[in-house]
Amino acid sequence: MQQTVEFHARADKALHNPQIRSNFRYAMDGLMYKRKISFPDLDELNLLRLRSAEIRANSLSNLPELLEQLEARCNENGIQVHWAETAEEANGIVLGIMNRHNAKLLIKGKSMVSEEMELNHYLEQQGIECLESDLGEYILQLAGEPPSHIVAPAIHKSRQQIAQLFKEKFPDIPYTDDVDTLTRNARDILRRKFYEAPVGLSGVNFAVAETGTICLIENEGNGRMCTTAPAVHIAVTGIEKVVEKLSDIPPLLSILPRSATGQHITTYFNMITSPRKPDEKDGPEEVHLVLLDNGRSRIYQDEELIATLRCIRCGACMNHCPIYTRIGGHAYGTTIPGPIGSILEPQKAGLDQHGDLPTASTLCGACAEVCPVRIPIPNLLNRLRFERVRQDQTGVTRGQGSQRNPWEARIWKGWSWMHANPAIYRLGISLATSLRGLLPKRLGAWTSVRSAPRLAAKSLHTLAREKGFDHE
Amino acid sequence: MSDARSNILGRLRAGKPDLPAAATPTQIPLASWDTQGRVEQFRNKMESVRAEVHVTPRDSWLDLLRRLVAEKQISNLLYAPDGPLGDALSQAWKSQDQSPLIARTAAVDEWKEELFFNVGGAVTSTRWGIAETGTLVLWPTPEEPRSFSLVPPVHFAILQARDIHDTFADLVEQESWHRGMPTNALLISGPSKTADIEQTLAYGVHGPIELIIIVIAENNAFPVT
Repeated sequence: MQQTVEFHARADKALHNPQIRSNFRYAMDGLMYKRKISFPDLDELNLLRLRSAEIRANSLSNLPELLEQLEARCNENGIQVHWAETAEEANGIVLGIMNRHNAKLLIKGKSMVSEEMELNHYLEQQGIECLESDLGEYILQLAGEPPSHIVAPAIHKSRQQIAQLFKEKFPDIPYTDDVDTLTRNARDILRRKFYEAPVGLSGVNFAVAETGTICLIENEGNGRMCTTAPAVHIAVTGIEKVVEKLSDIPPLLSILPRSATGQHITTYFNMITSPRKPDEKDGPEEVHLVLLDNGRSRIYQDEELIATLRCIRCGACMNHCPIYTRIGGHAYGTTIPGPIGSILEPQKAGLDQHGDLPTASTLCGACAEVCPVRIPIPNLLNRLRFERVRQDQTGVTRGQGSQRNPWEARIWKGWSWMHANPAIYRLGISLATSLRGLLPKRLGAWTSVRSAPRLAAKSLHTLAREKGFDHE
Repeated sequence: MSDARSNILGRLRAGKPDLPAAATPTQIPLASWDTQGRVEQFRNKMESVRAEVHVTPRDSWLDLLRRLVAEKQISNLLYAPDGPLGDALSQAWKSQDQSPLIARTAAVDEWKEELFFNVGGAVTSTRWGIAETGTLVLWPTPEEPRSFSLVPPVHFAILQARDIHDTFADLVEQESWHRGMPTNALLISGPSKTADIEQTLAYGVHGPIELIIIVIAENNAFPVT
């Protein structure tokens, strides 16, 4: 229950922080508006969502075969494939590659899987410098903070906060809070690092089994830099990111940037199929692909929860979530926040670790409505609410039953018994109605921000009977 | 390591859920334009992300390029002498041009510092364009390496109007990409940009700050600007 207390404390702290509240409200309003206007044709959007969901579902239903095909194509093309069951193993693989090249600097493009691995922390303990090159991630690295959004990692920071941070870290550069100048300063600082770094690391948006192609989506050019300038490129990905065919890519590329930020396409779509060939003049001489499981194959085994793995990490669910907008990304305490994080992270780490996250939802359904691959997030949140209290130990989800409260269980048992016995039910209702004045005004956490509910003087049944409905 | 592989694949195979078989794929109607419409759509989308687009007849693109390079006061212009534009460029450039053409045919590792810090701009060919999204498609070659379109602060891209496809889906299918992919295939839609600070769009992060596209139209095929 330790994690539960921490989550509530973090959420409470965020709710009382006006800067967080206004930064997120402003940013989420902008992202929702931009997404909306980027899909002017709702019929097209619906078809695209159907197609994208089919592509991802198809990839998952053939996942072991597609992973083998991807590996075979990559091997033919000269990309070295590594498999890791855990984050520790994946970190070890990256370290091994760094050590073989005697490399002390790793320049990184944006990768949520590397956040999941806590790669920076791991490599830094081994004396290797990790440098984030995505502007948002770079700002956070300077600030020593984790990302609060999967697409716009520094969204919780205001321009002035970032300007102040640059002033502290780079006293020689004149102070500015002008966004263009700040951006240009970061360009100049990082350019030399791209030039020097012996190894670059990236994530993966899609891995195409048919051709052994790694696809990367980005705007800044840092992803291209990390995969072009250093002599070695390491791509890290979850095993679920594979798709079957190259022809699966255009629909996904059409829907992802629009869902994420409302852009019709990102500046760069970078498709990597091999290391530098003998006659080529640039590009990395080695390309490595690290396939990370870390709990995904367990999620895979449940025919309902497997939909979690369709996710293409656009962030639309968090942009539209009333909970995320109010508490921000850090309150979740997980690599991936928001609605998708609330279903993914408890399954990965176990409900004993993040069992409270499935309750961080009003079940309003906005997340499912905007999801480009139609993940039924509210259904899965509900399912995990069941998993966290179920007792029979038959599911595959780790930590199931860990949030079971014996009192709550007894109350629900009584509730269900009452509803199965009409006489008891009627007695209960009439008791509740006549004793309604005794209901306390304070009901724990519920009434800390709300007034207590009041029972009506007459039940719906009574009213219906009075209106002349004489049977159910 | 091979243990991890067999364990992961073993778990996936053992626990493979019983999912309904895939139905017929949903068909998405694809947009299409006539020749002139394609160029207009391409231009509109590119300009919406602050790329510069010039459409010119075949016989005047070199003069246009020289004029643009001079106007922008590009210190020097990297080009690929053995690439598809090499001969035309080296013949057209005059000794009095203020921005000299520079050719580097060695592996980039040998002149990396110059590439990163002393090149003012680069000109490359473009394999295809995509009208729907306003996108350049490059398949870099040994003659015209991928760094040319990435590292210098200004990228001039030369595109033939007839190589513009309606959509990415059309292009992948019509050009049979699945038969063989190059080392690196690139879709480029505008100069590099970010919105990581307060969602405010800023251009010119790590890739080119400016993207200038010259679209070569067949002579008299349609009005040019």
